[in-house]
Amino acid sequence: MIGNLIGVLFDGIAYGSLLFVISIGLSVTMGLMNFVNLAHGAFAMLGGYACVVLMTRAGVPFLATLPVAFLVPAIVGIVLERTLYQRLYKATHLDQVMFSIGLVFMSVAAATWFFGPSQQPVRLPDFLRGQVHVLGLDLGAYRLFLIAVVIVITTVLTMLLVKTRFGAQVRASVDNAVAAAGLGIDVNRVFGVTFALGSGLAGLGGGLGIDVLGLDPTFPLKYMVYFLLVVAIGGAGTIKGGLVAAMILGICDVAGKYYVPQIGSFIIYFLMVALMILFPAGLYGRKA
Amino acid sequence: MKHHFFPTRRRVLQGIAAVAAAGALAAPAFAAEAPLKIGLILPLTGPFASTGKQIEAACRLYIAKNGDTVAGRKVELIVKDDTGLAPETTKRIAQEMVVQDKVSVLAGFGLTPLALAAAPVATEAKVPMIVMAAATGMIPTRSPFIVRANFTLPQVTAPIAEWALKNKIKRVVTMVTDYGPGLDAEKTFVTVFKAGGGEIVESIKTPLRNPDYAPFLQRAKDAKPDALFVFVPSGEGLAVMKQFDERGLKQAGIRLIGTGDVTDDDLLESMGAPALGIITSFHYSAAHDSPENKAYVDAFMKANNGMRPNFHSLGGYDGMHVIYEAVKKAGPTATGEQLVEAMKGLKWVSPRGPMSIDPATRQPIQTIYLREVKMVNGKPWNIEFDKFENVKDPG
Repeated sequence: MIGNLIGVLFDGIAYGSLLFVISIGLSVTMGLMNFVNLAHGAFAMLGGYACVVLMTRAGVPFLATLPVAFLVPAIVGIVLERTLYQRLYKATHLDQVMFSIGLVFMSVAAATWFFGPSQQPVRLPDFLRGQVHVLGLDLGAYRLFLIAVVIVITTVLTMLLVKTRFGAQVRASVDNAVAAAGLGIDVNRVFGVTFALGSGLAGLGGGLGIDVLGLDPTFPLKYMVYFLLVVAIGGAGTIKGGLVAAMILGICDVAGKYYVPQIGSFIIYFLMVALMILFPAGLYGRKA
Repeated sequence: MKHHFFPTRRRVLQGIAAVAAAGALAAPAFAAEAPLKIGLILPLTGPFASTGKQIEAACRLYIAKNGDTVAGRKVELIVKDDTGLAPETTKRIAQEMVVQDKVSVLAGFGLTPLALAAAPVATEAKVPMIVMAAATGMIPTRSPFIVRANFTLPQVTAPIAEWALKNKIKRVVTMVTDYGPGLDAEKTFVTVFKAGGGEIVESIKTPLRNPDYAPFLQRAKDAKPDALFVFVPSGEGLAVMKQFDERGLKQAGIRLIGTGDVTDDDLLESMGAPALGIITSFHYSAAHDSPENKAYVDAFMKANNGMRPNFHSLGGYDGMHVIYEAVKKAGPTATGEQLVEAMKGLKWVSPRGPMSIDPATRQPIQTIYLREVKMVNGKPWNIEFDKFENVKDPG
């Protein structure tokens, strides 16, 4: 029994890690720009396809494709931010939602056109496949790797936000964009760079997630609810909130499916309702 | 629609001359035979596009091999995309084909709800409707004009349950996707397996929109069965196999068994090593050893850029065969009713093996094979090792 529990916790944390990598960008940009970007999953999908194309057409090994999975969506992100998103920062939330859901449908159609409707294959290096035996437990090697990646990313992101000048600018802009601009911070540039960073992380998550979440053109729609849940539960604009929310979601989702498979996929929605009633602004959300 | 069309005198004269010439040529040859139009409704975009692609390719291959005239009538294929998701679209297309294009036969139908939506159109218009892909058992009961050319899920599921009983598999966990065909497969497997004295340890249903199978497979592993029976929509097989492999179920002594959708020939190459050793029962393998199949696979791959034909393609190929033979038998001027009558009891050797149409149910009667995924010449194939002959839909 205890072995089961630890196994479930481990899988849940690994799953949560993936949700965190993909959603953290959404959380930060939502907090920063107050922009409801439903197309966030499309950037994750872009990263995934970048990975697959490099692997299957150019024979690049999996790990080497990950930086590209970060860079491509980051570049596309900054281009779209400068040309399209920027115009809608001051628009109503309805306009933002209409715009970004439109982007989602376009990305779904484009992915189907270029890559076909089926699931994409991914070939992991041998040392990431199979299971590792630790203290009598069978742990998936790839899931261990996912957790390690998230620890690294969280540390780097926290350092970036807490220790660097750029991080201070971001924090200032989140707190009060008008005052920050008045103090000479180029808020526009901060927005753009943050957006690119968030999109890049989503893409990295998309690439890392092919083996666990799968990759097909409906990806941005299929997981949209999960990404939004992370932001809604964690509270927009915080790393800590996103991390805790992603872990709660991941663990509860896996545990629900393992222990009560009959209603397993329903559990996270119940959890969301409960948490939203208890913490209307999210676990670590700031008061509006 | 109005055309703003101002013919010049010369045009009119040319037109008259052309019509006269055509009439003079055509009239003595045929008694003004209209072409035999076949309305093919398939999902050619959307998540089930590969089904549509396979079937369309197979239908075109049949026409290329057997000529585009049958009993003196020219065969004309009208292909329309219903995207695979909206039954009302399928129904509308079927209506348009009957009313505007005046098709003699409706065919295709990627999924069960789509076939059911079109059934009343076939009944009302008295047009034969050939089901080429949708696989729920009860479809032909919805219209006396439906004839099935593919297979039914209960038909292919029962043999794997019987094989399991004979091969020292006593305890089984079933895992199916929670929708019509999944429930069909689960019901058939559980009934046959229990009747033979086997024990079902647990029946897991996974939601349709959830590709993370890890927790469900972990649960199956911890139940320590002899085998895991799986049915998932064909594209999902890959995700299940990967997790089955990664979680070490094979090392724990659990065998993976299922229906052949899981090891779909169309996707088998991209599955690679994790698929090896999976035992499935099905009506068609691209590796089926017969001269008919060799010719079929070679021609199909040559015509389609090396794409391997899968079981859906056979639904299309044999569906065309049923139409051709019925027109030959009932004559070029046969009505819809006469065509359906002619289809009942048809018997032939398909690339999948010998098969016939059951006159009572309009379902196919065919050989179901047991297969194991093995590497041959560096590529995985479903290699047949046993068979059950003349299997009917258990109904």
